[in-house]
Amino acid sequence: MKYLVCVKQAPDTAELPKVKAEEAASGELSIQLVVNPWDEHALESAIQSSEDYGGSVGVITVGGEKAIDALRSGLAMGCAEATLIEDTEADAWGVATLLAAAIEQMGDVDLVFTGQLTVDGNSGMVPIALARKLGWPVLTGVAKIIEVTDDSIVVERVVGEARLTVKTQAPAVLSVIKEIGEPRYPTFIKIRKAARVKIPTLTASDLGVDAPAPVVQMDNYRKPPARDAHVQLFDNASDLVDALLAEKVL
Amino acid sequence: MDFAFITEHEMVQKTVRDFAEKEIRPVIGEYDREHKYPHFLLPKMAELGVMGICIPVRYGGAGMDYISLGIVSEALEWADASVRETIAVHLALNAMTVFQWGTEEQKQRLLAPLATGAKVGCFGLTESGAGSDVAALKATARKDGDDYILDGEKMWITLADVADYLLVFAKTDPAKKHRGITAFMLERGMAGLSTGAIEDKMGVWASNTGWIAMNAVRVPARNRIGEEGEGFKVAMSALDNARYTVAAGASGGIRAVMEASLRYSQERETFGKKIAEHQLVQQMLAKMALNYDIATLLWQRVGWLKNQGVRNTRETSQAKWFATEAAWEAASDAVQIHGAYGFSAEYGVERYLRNAKGAAIYEGTTQIHQLLQATYALGWRRDKPLRCELPAYDPEYWQE
Ligand SMILES: Cc1cc2nc3c(=O)[nH]c(=O)nc-3n(C[C@H](O)[C@H](O)[C@H](O)COP(=O)(O)OP(=O)(O)OC[C@H]3O[C@@H](n4cnc5c(N)ncnc54)[C@H](O)[C@@H]3O)c2cc1C
Repeated sequence: MKYLVCVKQAPDTAELPKVKAEEAASGELSIQLVVNPWDEHALESAIQSSEDYGGSVGVITVGGEKAIDALRSGLAMGCAEATLIEDTEADAWGVATLLAAAIEQMGDVDLVFTGQLTVDGNSGMVPIALARKLGWPVLTGVAKIIEVTDDSIVVERVVGEARLTVKTQAPAVLSVIKEIGEPRYPTFIKIRKAARVKIPTLTASDLGVDAPAPVVQMDNYRKPPARDAHVQLFDNASDLVDALLAEKVL
Repeated sequence: MDFAFITEHEMVQKTVRDFAEKEIRPVIGEYDREHKYPHFLLPKMAELGVMGICIPVRYGGAGMDYISLGIVSEALEWADASVRETIAVHLALNAMTVFQWGTEEQKQRLLAPLATGAKVGCFGLTESGAGSDVAALKATARKDGDDYILDGEKMWITLADVADYLLVFAKTDPAKKHRGITAFMLERGMAGLSTGAIEDKMGVWASNTGWIAMNAVRVPARNRIGEEGEGFKVAMSALDNARYTVAAGASGGIRAVMEASLRYSQERETFGKKIAEHQLVQQMLAKMALNYDIATLLWQRVGWLKNQGVRNTRETSQAKWFATEAAWEAASDAVQIHGAYGFSAEYGVERYLRNAKGAAIYEGTTQIHQLLQATYALGWRRDKPLRCELPAYDPEYWQE
């Protein structure tokens, strides 16, 4: 079984409030970048599945040179190989186009794992578009891997308040949620190797596709209005509970 | 000159800072309050590779360099000094000493289980009557056939109750003062060896600090580390390694109280403005930022020297002296900035103040480092080459 995890180098959410609208529009963020947190869960579940059921895990990203750090993190966690597709212009559909071309070129990928969302784009589009491009089934909201066989996978999906146990044939695309498992810490021995490995870089032309022009145009960036924080005192606990229920805090 | 971290240092730093934040910070305050040693951290640190980070892979370590050891120390003390102490004692004082002075057989037998974390080490030099004045130690080791018989006590020993391998120093020839000291690796379970904890300390409550009693402990000669009479040099070179971790650790302590102070001073208001807007508060913040950088540059210079295989007793002593005193001042100022809330356990900055005092005492008191620096400056002291130097970092050898 060959697993491939798609990751993205994304802004550290703790630093997001510092981002200015102009910076977001230019795409040149001067803040700390980290592996998109959802993708760390995808890495964990793919690596854990390969340990439980056999196989090897690769990690891939579309991005600029800085995105190599995300690949090194994947290698340090336990991935065996990494690929960078160099492109900083693509939108979700473009990223899916490039990933699909790379996966087709690899030819031996059975299961693609992604995170549910990225903390910057927040669209959740890439896994779905990727499956569409590849013509493979897609399972979103994956909370648990139940079994992997040579040609199929059984997972638990969370859909709203429901939990579904679903089996699909491989190859397939899965997008996972955080419940699937806490990402492991990389070990120093693996860090040492990951830091030194030379990571192959591909471009759209290496993959035999045209650099995909964005289909989504971002016209305007602005910060969401600051939340209205206020202090409210309640006379009794049941009013407080009602208010919390109304605000969907409970 | 290049001050930038290489990729693997960045990755180690990110990993161990994450670890400190997620695994240690949330719980260590409680272990501290309850005066409990966080045993649960040992297997976790072993899994990451912390317990033998700068030991070659062939001896069970993670095969990283000495700068990585500093990075780990800094990150751990950001969470709590007691956890960094574990690394100082287990790795820098014990395992690295076997690496530097041990025979190949000892490296296979003693170092490998230490470096993987399967065994934990401690270091017993100090006695109730011999701290700064090491040559005054009274423990004795008498040759008996292929063994030595050790008698005496050790005091203020970090991990005394936790360690499996206890590196102790005893006199094989009391007449020769410091030239009569020899190092031995004791193993828990040896007849006549007992340990206990010291209660009622001012700080490092989450650390285990204790005593060792040796009552005719029979130690095979194959557990002697270095030659007879070489113990003083063995101990001093071990301190060169551990003082480095103390220095790096102290800079992590400064970072922790500086972060807390920056946060609090931008929340708390007096006289109609944030206290961060008062210049007298800014002065304390500025001093923390400056001292953090000085402390960092000093320990990183030592890490670099160690990587090159250059003797660094003088530079290590400077780094340790400066960083531990700066950490004490920063923690004291952090308590001050927090006002009464700093004086309470709620914000945790008082824990850093209590812990910081210990570091100005152990691994050479501030005064001992001042004396050392004066003798270097005056040209009265020159370090002679040792029979066994700490090997320069060689990535190929380390990782084979
Ligand atoms: C938390 C903690 C953990 C420790 N862990 C260990 C451990 O794991 N292993 C171990 O072996 N030891 C350990 N120690 C002991 C530590 O190394 C000693 O406490 C230290 O060396 C100082 O010795 P002392 O306490 O006997 O003080 P003393 O040597 O009695 O010093 C008392 C005072 O006199 C000053 N002084 C001494 N000599 C001079 C001089 N020549 N000139 C000027 N001033 C001088 C000192 O600076 C100090 O201010 C630990 C201590 C602490 C507090």
